[in-house]
Amino acid sequence: MNYINSMKIALNALKRNKFRSFLTMLGIIIGVASVIVMLAIGQGSKKSIQDQMASMGTNLIFAMPGSEQKGGVRMGSSDAQNMKLSDIDAIEKDCPAISDVSPEVRASGQAVNGNQNWPTTIYGVNNKYFSIRKYTIGTGRSFSENEIQTYAKVCLVGQTVVENLFGKNDPIGQSVRFKNIPLLIIGVLGEKGENGMGQDQDDLVIAPYTTVQKRILAITHIQSIAASAVSESQNNAAITQITRSLRNSHKIKEGAEDDFRVRSQSEMVQTFSSISDIMTVLLGAISGISLLVGGIGIMNIMYVSVTERTREIGLRLSVGGRGNDILLQFLIESILLSVFGGVIGISLGILATQLMSSVMNWPVVITTISVVMAFLVCSAIGIFFGWYPARKAASLNPIDALRYE
Amino acid sequence: MSKTIIQVNQLRKDFYVGEITVHALRGVNLEIREGEFVAIMGTSGSGKSTMLNILGCLDKPTSGSYFLDGISMGELSKNELAALRNIKLGFVFQSYNLLSRTTALENVELPLFYNSKIKSKERRERAEAALEAVGLTDRMHHMPNQLSGGQQQRVAIARSLVNDPVVILADEATGNLDTRTSFEIMALLQDLNQKGKTIVFVTHEADIAKFMTRQVVFRDGHIIREELVTNRNNAVELLKNLPLEELV
Ligand SMILES: Nc1ncnc2c1ncn2[C@@H]1O[C@H](COP(=O)(O)OP(=O)(O)OP(=O)(O)O)[C@@H](O)[C@H]1O
Ligand SMILES: [Mg+2]
Repeated sequence: MNYINSMKIALNALKRNKFRSFLTMLGIIIGVASVIVMLAIGQGSKKSIQDQMASMGTNLIFAMPGSEQKGGVRMGSSDAQNMKLSDIDAIEKDCPAISDVSPEVRASGQAVNGNQNWPTTIYGVNNKYFSIRKYTIGTGRSFSENEIQTYAKVCLVGQTVVENLFGKNDPIGQSVRFKNIPLLIIGVLGEKGENGMGQDQDDLVIAPYTTVQKRILAITHIQSIAASAVSESQNNAAITQITRSLRNSHKIKEGAEDDFRVRSQSEMVQTFSSISDIMTVLLGAISGISLLVGGIGIMNIMYVSVTERTREIGLRLSVGGRGNDILLQFLIESILLSVFGGVIGISLGILATQLMSSVMNWPVVITTISVVMAFLVCSAIGIFFGWYPARKAASLNPIDALRYE
Repeated sequence: MSKTIIQVNQLRKDFYVGEITVHALRGVNLEIREGEFVAIMGTSGSGKSTMLNILGCLDKPTSGSYFLDGISMGELSKNELAALRNIKLGFVFQSYNLLSRTTALENVELPLFYNSKIKSKERRERAEAALEAVGLTDRMHHMPNQLSGGQQQRVAIARSLVNDPVVILADEATGNLDTRTSFEIMALLQDLNQKGKTIVFVTHEADIAKFMTRQVVFRDGHIIREELVTNRNNAVELLKNLPLEELV
C-alpha cells in the first residue's frame, strides 16, 4: 500500500469539500481550545495558590491548643489556656529541627489615630516572628529584648493599617491607640499582599508579646506557637520534635491524647493544591465532553460522506483501488480533520489563555502535558471515530457501490 | 492468429432478490481476441451489463470460468482482482463517473494513484499523454462541470487508457450523447482500436454497433447471434457527411 498516495488522495478529497471539512473541524477546534483553556485556568489557580502559600513560608509550623477530634467532646481551642511561655523555652532547647520559635497572642479591635480608626488585629510576638512569617521591616526597626522585658508600648504596623490611619504621612514616631493603650510606632512592615486564602497579610499590628499579654489582654498564657523548621525537608522532624516537647512540658502520659495540635504550612499547601487539582479535573472533564461531541461530529460527517460518496468509492474500486486503500483514505481524512482541528484548537486555546492572563489578569499556566494530551486525544478521536465509517467504505462491493443511487 | 484476451466458458450469473432468482446469464461462451472491437448488443434486460461487469472483474459469476489475458479469474482474491483491474482493465461508463471538483488531469491520474510503482512525475506525464490522445490538451485543468458531456466522456476514455490496459470495457458509453458527439467518441475509439487496443462496447443502438468489428447479440442471458461486421462504418467519414444543421 502506498501511504503517500493515500495521503494525497485524502488531502484532495478534503480540499474538494473545504467548507464541510471546516465545519467538521469546528467541533474539534472548540473542544481542544476549551480543554487547553480550562486546564490552564485550573493549573494557574493551583500555581497561584502554591506561590502565595509559599510566600507565607513553606517551613512554617503552628502549634495551637486543642485535640484532634476523635469522637467525644472537643475542647474549644480559643478558651484553652494550656500553652505557656515555658513551652517556648522547652521547644528552643529540645528541637534541633526548629530554627526559630515565637509565642503568639492576638487581639482584634480598633486601631485609632486621632479621628481615624481601623479594625485590625494586633499580634503579640517575639522578634523572631518576622523571619518565621517572612515579614520584612520596610522602615524603622524591630523591638529589642529590653522592650519585650519591660512590656514597652511599641509596635510595628502593616501597610494597610498605615494607609488607613496615616494616609501618606510617615507613621514612624507617631502613636496608635489599641484598646486605649497608646503604642509608639517604631517600624513599618514591608508589603506582602494577599495570602492563598485571600487574606490581607498587611492588615496587622505587631507588638512584643508581653505588651499584648499584660496591657491589652491581661493574660499570662499564650494562644499559639509559630515556629520555622530548619528547612522544608525537616518539617516532619520538626513536627515530631515539637509534639514530643509539648507532651513533655504538658506532662501528658504515654497513650493519652495531645492537648494541642501541630500543623505545617506545607500540609495546608497540599490541601489547597489538591482542591484545585479536583477543580482542574472537573474543568477538564467538562471540556473533554465537548471534545467527545466534536469527535462524534467527525464520525457523523465521515459516515454521511461514505454514503454520499458511494459512487466515488465504486469508481475508485473499479480503477483498481483495494479495500484497504479506501479504508486508509477515509481514515487519513478523519485523522487529518482531527489533527488539523487539534492544531488550530491548540493555537486558539493558547491565544485565548494569553488574552485571559493579559486582559483579565487571571493566573493561567499552560503545561506541555496538556498540549500534548490534547493533541494525542485529537489523533485518537480521528482514528476511533474514523474507523467505523472507513471500514464501511472499504467493505463495499465495487459493482454495488457504482450502482448506488 | 492474434492472441486471446478474453475467454469465458459456461458463464452463469444469478441474482437473488428476496424469493425470486433472476438468471441474468445462463451459460455464456465467448472468446475475444487482441485487436477486436466487439459490440455487445441486445434488448434491455438481456444481460449485457451483467456480462460486462463480470468481464471487468467488478462482479463475480455464479459459475463458469473466465480467463483474462491467460489468467483464471475464479481463483483470485478481492485484492488481486483490484490489482488486475488497475493494470489490465479500463472502464468507460454511461454516466462518465468523473470526480467532481477535480480537474480533468487529476481524474485521468486516478488509476495510477493506486499503482505504487508509478512515481508522480510519470503519473502526470502519462495522464497528459492520455488527454492528448483524446484531444483535450487545452482542457486539462478544467473541472468536469466546465466540460460538455462529450468532453467529459473523452476524459473518462483518457482515464481508461492511462494505465495502458489490455482491454477497454465500455457500457453504453454514448448513451447520454447526441449523434454527432457519439460519432466523435466512436471516431476516437476506432482510432484507438486501429492502434491495436482491444475494446468491448455495450450498446443497444444498431448504428453504433456498425462501427465495430464484431457483434455479439444477447437475449435472455444467452448469446443468440455472433457475426463479423461486413460493411463497417468509418466514424471520421460519417462525421464529414453529417449535416451541421441537424444539430440546430
Ligand atoms: N443487482 C441486481 N440484482 C437483481 N437483479 C439484477 C441485478 N442486476 C441486474 N439484474 C437483472 O439481471 C438482468 C440483466 O440485467 P442487465 O443490467 O445485465 O441488463 P442490460 O442488458 O444491461 O439492460 P439495459 O440495456 O437496460 O442496460 C435483468 O433482468 C436485471 O433485472
Ligand atoms: Mg445495461
